[in-house]
Amino acid sequence: MDELLLIETVERYLKGEMTQKEKEFFEDIRKNNPAIDQMVVEQTFLFHELDKQANIKAFKHSLYEVENKLAEEGIINKSQLKGKAKVVFLWKKYKRNIAVAASIAGLVSIVTTALISSYNNNIGKSNITYLIDKMQVTEKKVAQLDHTIKEKARLESATNPNYRATGFLIDGKGFIVTNAHVVSRMKTIYVENNKGDYFTAESIYTDPVSDLAVLKINDTAYKTVYNLPYSINKSNSDLGEQIFTMGYPRNEIVYGEGYVSAKSGNEGDSTAYQVSVSVNPGNSGGPVLNKNGEIIGIITSKNSSADGVVFAAKSKNIYKLIEAAKKNGDTSNIKLPNNTGLKGLDRVQQIKKMEDYVFMVVGN
Amino acid sequence: MTNSEQDKHLLEGVALNDRKVIEAIYRDNYPMIQSLILNNNGNSDEARDIFQEAMIVVYEKAISGSFELHCQLKTYIYSVCRRLWLKRLQQLQRYGSLAENVEETVSVEEDLEVHEKHNADFIMMEEAMNKIGEPCKSLLDAYYIQKKNMLEIAVDFGYTNADNAKTQKYKCLVRLKKLFFAQYKKGL
Repeated sequence: MDELLLIETVERYLKGEMTQKEKEFFEDIRKNNPAIDQMVVEQTFLFHELDKQANIKAFKHSLYEVENKLAEEGIINKSQLKGKAKVVFLWKKYKRNIAVAASIAGLVSIVTTALISSYNNNIGKSNITYLIDKMQVTEKKVAQLDHTIKEKARLESATNPNYRATGFLIDGKGFIVTNAHVVSRMKTIYVENNKGDYFTAESIYTDPVSDLAVLKINDTAYKTVYNLPYSINKSNSDLGEQIFTMGYPRNEIVYGEGYVSAKSGNEGDSTAYQVSVSVNPGNSGGPVLNKNGEIIGIITSKNSSADGVVFAAKSKNIYKLIEAAKKNGDTSNIKLPNNTGLKGLDRVQQIKKMEDYVFMVVGN
Repeated sequence: MTNSEQDKHLLEGVALNDRKVIEAIYRDNYPMIQSLILNNNGNSDEARDIFQEAMIVVYEKAISGSFELHCQLKTYIYSVCRRLWLKRLQQLQRYGSLAENVEETVSVEEDLEVHEKHNADFIMMEEAMNKIGEPCKSLLDAYYIQKKNMLEIAVDFGYTNADNAKTQKYKCLVRLKKLFFAQYKKGL
């Protein structure tokens, strides 16, 4: 008996979808054919296990929801900070400046490598690596190859991009937020989604202070999308909150997760967070989301002398950015998404739902 | 309601995944368990983990149909958490005896053995699911775990019709079955 057919039959049998006659016939086969009977038993067991799996997962989901509710009420103690975040927290007590924590982290890495004899006391802009990626020759070649395969003739005119970063849609009409330092280095800007579709874009407003920029896709091939799955958070996130990010440190979208490790950015910058997440050149401009699928920040830079010290502009800066753009005479009437459709989904589903809206920003 | 009637009602609620009942059980029992764990080398995350696992033990007991607890639900939960935490401490090699108020406990060894078996099955299935790859994983998850109907799935996954999605689903099941039983038979 064909295995596919057997599975289908067993499923119908278990669900009681068979007619009486069918059922008798099937039971007869089982009785007279031990091999088939064995398969039915196995199949039944598998369905039973799957069902148990579903029930336990649903039950766990309820537990999480109840836990979250009670944690808000203070009946359940909230998670404690772990690892590096804790160190940062303790040091902040003595000097309310995150730079100290950054230099501590820097010191640790220097000691462990034992290659550098002195460490830099001036943790400032000099130690900040912007995460825009200057593409290497090999990667460029891979990119070209990839695009040839996709027969993207248009790319030929896009020439070879020198820089790569990340951006994400804030309005389905084609408005993308990325970093100001990304845009400032590009004369021509292209954005590419994870399917490999290329669109030309232009910068309509940049704010060097918050290091954010708005791009508009001005390509006729672009089709407006409705209902972005994530929302943009106006309030501040808490220390220790779990976060995840997506970006293009490679030619392919890369996922990373971590936590909010400080409520201010480089040198006590209150418009940014320090987050602990693994990022690389190319992640600049990538969204930082909390577990409910709300965007809480935008990756901007990392401390080059300390591992895992990454800075992200707070998401409320996006609202300010749009306001400022309006005052500056921008008439595009950008509407920021305010509903998250990602809440309660598991991470894999969340990523699936949103990866289409995270773009690679390239240019030269 | 008497105590035991009330507990029976709670267990029925747990079996039905009733959020109100789950919340009531948390409210009644969580503070006690949290202080047990915080007072014995644990942190609040570990308290959450342990309580969650105990709730799953209660759930498994509730759906098995044997509603007979032979003791108060509160005592049962405390006993399960205590046992789970002692075990965890042993694994973490944080030795020492428990500092606790003298609470009544009951033996839960048998139930925990059953729970461990269930847990092993759960992990095995999870692993098999992780190994089958996409789109199988999402497809089976959507149908069997999230209980979406075939039509919805066909649309979500871009199949031209529900029948195509169904055929694909059965193909995926064949793979899942192979992976699951390969693991399962190893475990026996």
